[in-house]
Amino acid sequence: MAKPMEKITWQEIETGSVVTEIGNARQYETGSWRSERPVVDAGLCIKCGVCWLFCPDSSVKQAPDGHFEADLVYCKGCGICAKECPVGCITMVSEEG
Amino acid sequence: MDKFSVFSARLVDKTENFTSGHRACQGCAEALAVRHVMKALGRDTIVAMATGCMEIISSPLPLTSWKVPWIHNAFENPSAVISGVESGMKAMMRKGKLPYKKINYVAMGGDGATADIGMGQLSGALERGHDFLYVCYDNEAYMNTGIQRSSSTPYGASTTTSPAGKVSIGQHTQKKNMAQIAVAHNVPYVATACSSYPFDLMDKVKRGADTPGAAYINCLSVCPTGWRIPTEDAIKYGRLAVDCCIYPLYEVIGGQYKLSYKPYKKVPVTEYIKGQGRFRHLTDSDIAFIQGQVDREWEKILKLCGEGK
Repeated sequence: MAKPMEKITWQEIETGSVVTEIGNARQYETGSWRSERPVVDAGLCIKCGVCWLFCPDSSVKQAPDGHFEADLVYCKGCGICAKECPVGCITMVSEEG
Repeated sequence: MDKFSVFSARLVDKTENFTSGHRACQGCAEALAVRHVMKALGRDTIVAMATGCMEIISSPLPLTSWKVPWIHNAFENPSAVISGVESGMKAMMRKGKLPYKKINYVAMGGDGATADIGMGQLSGALERGHDFLYVCYDNEAYMNTGIQRSSSTPYGASTTTSPAGKVSIGQHTQKKNMAQIAVAHNVPYVATACSSYPFDLMDKVKRGADTPGAAYINCLSVCPTGWRIPTEDAIKYGRLAVDCCIYPLYEVIGGQYKLSYKPYKKVPVTEYIKGQGRFRHLTDSDIAFIQGQVDREWEKILKLCGEGK
């Protein structure tokens, strides 16, 4: 979508409320909801991918060296990854300060 | 060959057909279930979705999280719409207007859309035997509108329309067993799944979509907001529900029951109930009553699966 969502007027919406672009919700950045962010200890990470599998927002990405880390643009800070990590290499850190 | 399947998170398909940017609450295991279901189905899929949490959070006009053709439906008619889509596509392919292709026709709904409002249409679609898969994301209440009871709410749960208090225990009726209702329609494939067991869920979705004829999957999806649990425990409570045998995982292929997972050691239901805010008013005798019911149901399922004593 070329335009940001709030700039779109009702005249520009397709007839029948058809959305013609796939997966364009990616422009909505849910990361701003977060109060805690996951921090990965890359040294401890065993690269198993469990955090990636259990992320409801599909916001975990694989870094070039193979370990997994959160994509903070979409991460809502639910803490599932920190809880499910088998080696406990993810800690939730408050966004304040 | 089943025994030798390799399950590893890193071997799962990396493409996301349900993208990030959806507006589900923090820790929504239902959004996680949709993500896994869409991973299993792939891009050759047409989805009709009933109103409910997943419909609201994934498609606020002009945005959509879906990467497949997706049709918004009222509460009652995803199964009716997908029946029409399937018949229409079949006719177009027969007449040569479209090239022949295997397409997954999938209807989705929450427990309200499935067990309450869309029950008749679902029953009709299952009875007509359309080649489709119905996935019910069962979070045990109408969570989208603010936690109202549905017929899928378990006994004793406090919701805004079944509040617990001096004279009320909360929800006083039993959870409707949708999987058994689907089995009673004699459809070729019925399964129960849970978002805390993603490989099992993906396997069942693949099997359901590949089955010619109607298939039904009931997927328990933990809702941290409605169940009043911490967001990070969403996966844990799904596992506990299965380990306590409150929500047994099984599949019914052509009438043959097969247990998907038998807990090594049955966990008492207290483990499952005590951490949840919706059950916090329950006394020990209430919990003992629920335990008795769970044991009876579990014995029934074991017997059906041929694993009973």
